Amino acid sequence: MAAQARLADSHESSPIGGSRIGKVLTIIVLLMALVFYMTPVFIMVNNGLKDATNVSLSTMWNLPETWTGGGFVEAWDKLRPNMINSIIMALPATIISALLGAINGYLFSKWKFKGSDTLFTIMLFGFFIPYQSVLFPMVRFLQEIGLYGTTAGLVLVHVVYGLPVTTLIFRNFYANVPTELVEAARVDGAGLVKIFTRIMMPVSIPAFVVVGIFQFTNIWNDFLFGVIVVQNPDAQPVTIALNNLSGSFSVDWNVVMAGAIVAALPTILVYVFLSRYFVRGLLAGSVKG
Amino acid sequence: MKTKILLLLIVLLAALAVGAVNAQDDGMVPVDESVTGDLEVFSWWTSGGEAAALQALFDSYAASFPNANIVNATVAGGGGSAARPVLQTRLAGGDPPDTWQVHPGWELLGQYVDPEYVVPINDLYEEMGWNDVVPEQLRDMMTRDGNIYLVLAGVHRGNGFWYNKPILDELGVTIGETLSVDEFIAIADQIVAEMPDVAPLCVGDSGIWATAQLFENTLLGVLGPEGYRGLWDGSVSFDSDEVKQAMTVYGQMLDYQNSDHAALSWDQAVDALMEGRCVFNSMGDWAYGEFVAAGMEDNVDFGWVSHPGTAGSFMVVADGFVMANGAPNEAANAGWLSVIGSRPAQEAFNPLKGSICARTDCDRELFGPYHNWSMDSFSADELVASVVHGTAAPADFQQAMNDAVTLFVVDRDVDAFAAALVDAVAASGFTEAGM
Amino acid sequence: MAQTSFANETVLRAVTEKPLRQKWHPEQIQSFLFLLPSMLAIIIFVYVFIAVTFYISLSNWRTAVQDWTLREPLFATYGDLFNNTRFQIDLRNTIVFTLLFILLAVLLGLMLAILLDQNRKMFGIPLFRNAFLFPYALSFIVTGVAWRWIFNPETGINLFFEIFGVNALLASQGLDPLKPGWATDPSVVLQVNDALNVIIPGASDWRVALGIPVALIPVAIAATWQLSGFVMAMYLGGMTSISQEVREAARIDGASEWQVYRHVIIPMLNPVTISVVVILLHTSFKIFDLVISMAGSGPGFATDMPAIFVFDQMFKGTKPNLGTAASIIMLLMVAVIIIPYLRSQTRED
Repeated sequence: MAAQARLADSHESSPIGGSRIGKVLTIIVLLMALVFYMTPVFIMVNNGLKDATNVSLSTMWNLPETWTGGGFVEAWDKLRPNMINSIIMALPATIISALLGAINGYLFSKWKFKGSDTLFTIMLFGFFIPYQSVLFPMVRFLQEIGLYGTTAGLVLVHVVYGLPVTTLIFRNFYANVPTELVEAARVDGAGLVKIFTRIMMPVSIPAFVVVGIFQFTNIWNDFLFGVIVVQNPDAQPVTIALNNLSGSFSVDWNVVMAGAIVAALPTILVYVFLSRYFVRGLLAGSVKG
Repeated sequence: MKTKILLLLIVLLAALAVGAVNAQDDGMVPVDESVTGDLEVFSWWTSGGEAAALQALFDSYAASFPNANIVNATVAGGGGSAARPVLQTRLAGGDPPDTWQVHPGWELLGQYVDPEYVVPINDLYEEMGWNDVVPEQLRDMMTRDGNIYLVLAGVHRGNGFWYNKPILDELGVTIGETLSVDEFIAIADQIVAEMPDVAPLCVGDSGIWATAQLFENTLLGVLGPEGYRGLWDGSVSFDSDEVKQAMTVYGQMLDYQNSDHAALSWDQAVDALMEGRCVFNSMGDWAYGEFVAAGMEDNVDFGWVSHPGTAGSFMVVADGFVMANGAPNEAANAGWLSVIGSRPAQEAFNPLKGSICARTDCDRELFGPYHNWSMDSFSADELVASVVHGTAAPADFQQAMNDAVTLFVVDRDVDAFAAALVDAVAASGFTEAGM
Repeated sequence: MAQTSFANETVLRAVTEKPLRQKWHPEQIQSFLFLLPSMLAIIIFVYVFIAVTFYISLSNWRTAVQDWTLREPLFATYGDLFNNTRFQIDLRNTIVFTLLFILLAVLLGLMLAILLDQNRKMFGIPLFRNAFLFPYALSFIVTGVAWRWIFNPETGINLFFEIFGVNALLASQGLDPLKPGWATDPSVVLQVNDALNVIIPGASDWRVALGIPVALIPVAIAATWQLSGFVMAMYLGGMTSISQEVREAARIDGASEWQVYRHVIIPMLNPVTISVVVILLHTSFKIFDLVISMAGSGPGFATDMPAIFVFDQMFKGTKPNLGTAASIIMLLMVAVIIIPYLRSQTRED
């Protein structure tokens, strides 16, 4: 116990380089990265805050002259109605595809059978399907099963096309979970289902975080399926409304840039919420070992 | 067979809906409360003036058909780029909207008439008396085998040449009624000599259509309207000397363009013109809306002339709506088409859209000086079809031309450019089929 | 050496799997049955649809009018495709872009993950973590516009060369000012056409210059900006799952922090790296929105990508057979890369 505490201490005090200079260097690198990541965001927020007449390339770095909210007001008004549609679509699609991916990943990594690796490759290959060229058969199929034009149809499409990647992430995550755990549980008489719910699920929080971030973002930002599968403008996801902020000829860049930030807010909330579990997962990890 | 029944239906509906039209002096489509249900209108007019203009059409419609409900299905993206897959997938899947936005010419005929996605509306034209007010050259662009398929809401002039007037004043240059290619080159050389920091030509071709449009305007300018038309009926070949000369002139013009052209969208090129970073811009008259929005004053801050060599021609960039084959609500759609073709609706729509009426009898007082100039051109000049905006040639040729232009902009290989276009004509075969 | 071997053993035990490979154990049948619904969905949504796509690529459907008759000769559309200069350029671009982008995104993502993992308890770390992930949340369509503005040669970052006096310095040395065209630069550097000429006669006359299109570099930077935060998140997730004991064991053996990562953690993260590479490959092969809004097809197709080609042919040119043929070729390219990669990785399990 004491050794553990001492070790934890030593971890605390020994970053790469193991010294003060190392720590300063770390901070400098992180700050430089911050500038890189935030510059385009600055451009978007800064120009989003301007009035339509003040947005132009040559003044892109200048701060807004007035602080009236610029394009954000219009963007918020136009996007708000479709936000709820996106939530109704993205939440279930994310959760279902994550759960299915967890089950598949568990089976592919811990309950292999003859040909299971081949099945996995067959499934994973689906990740690379070029969506634009399968639109015709997809619409026909959805019409056949009566889900064309519905949010349920859209959820189905996102879940199915999400399966390869969620399965991949979970399978490769579970590869790191010692097989001894599974074997010990089997000796205790636990079956396939019980091992999953009692042992695998609890340790896979970080994988759920990663999959949640990936799926939610992709589904939230999807444009093509949303616009093809759902025709009713009142039921379409927010990306279609975002896209419609720009016209066919003229574009109010301030509204478009503000719109991108507004449309991303729910995703960012999901990140902030989920990414805390990176830290919590760490504790779980040290307990389980 | 199905088409014939539909035709009959439309005749009946049109008779019901618009029977009394000619009796009304104001041209408004008479009120009909019997038309009910949803009408799905699919377009890519989503923002600013376009959206306001579309709303004006909806308002006109609501005034005549108070019990019908419009479902505004818009999908934006440069020239409808995002709308295309949606529309094509829906049409192929047998789930058409009632009506959608279409350019006349090959876009209408190749993409919607040939696959029988739309039905003819000859009787509507007769009932509404449109054959008298819509110019014949325009109607020809919407007609196949004697059947007409489209109702236009407004017309843009594609061969505008806009310029920064203060800069030209400073140089002591005045632009007259027309501008020839040689005159333009002389002015451009003067700009290069006297103002090294200013590019003579503003181009924003991050969307390749903008420079393709510069090319088609130049083709029209060098070949003239007859020669230009010959390209589309097969009488003039793309490897003829005149065409190669036009390509050379186009290359010359590209030498005068701003260095950041590939980074700019067309509207940012107009911004650059207003800011004086460059002087001329070849663009359809939707550019006029940009000048107005920026508070620029006609003939003070900016001026216009026809693209070099194209005076006497009017490059048509028009938008209209169709009657879907199997439209879910045909009665409401017949009403919609009768409204958008009517004078009051067009008078409400076009000033907001920045275009002119697709008919010759609109009230000139409602339009500013530029549009009055454009209306003169519309009624007097040769109306010619644009490739870039889908009218003069089918989509596959249009795509091949865009691709060839993209390569030419960099390698300036006139022979390869001409050969690519000759191949594209052969692969497409449209000159034999005819419009 | 002996010190790290202990750590390696731990790793080995953690990574090695002893799958239950007896012949069709009842639980394996159960496993197969649980997988069945997912597999069925994939077979319909992927393989049946691909079969339809492949059929269209062999058909005469080259206008808006659907034509399901087969073309003569059967693979003629594929011939058209490979003779298409634009598609040749796209193949070059997609290879160059993929290499640049995956290299940049993996290195940057891994570096940030290590720095954050090292300093989990440092003040402000959640802020950094969320800031690096932020770009991933934004719609590609709009971020492309922001990047187009930033890389605009007249008004973008080139202004900083002026402000920081770089150009004044160059001018004082009698040199031209530094003013890269970024995404608008049509030139291709490190051309290998002439070198290839030795092996393939005539290569130096090809219309497609084989090399690195300069304009692709800013696009790769923008894509890295957008995706590297997620790469970081994936690595962080993986690092989180590695128990402290593994790290401590290595440290007791005297390994430095760097050695712990180099010899213990990064090898243990191999499965995560597979996921990362697959996801990035998927992004780069299908990249569309970002390029469309940032650079379009670019001058001389310097930034054109196969997905844009497919879109243009399918929906603008209404030539479904050509568009589908291009997407089948892209799928084959993925298959050639991904299947051997997965095979080699799963064998290590």
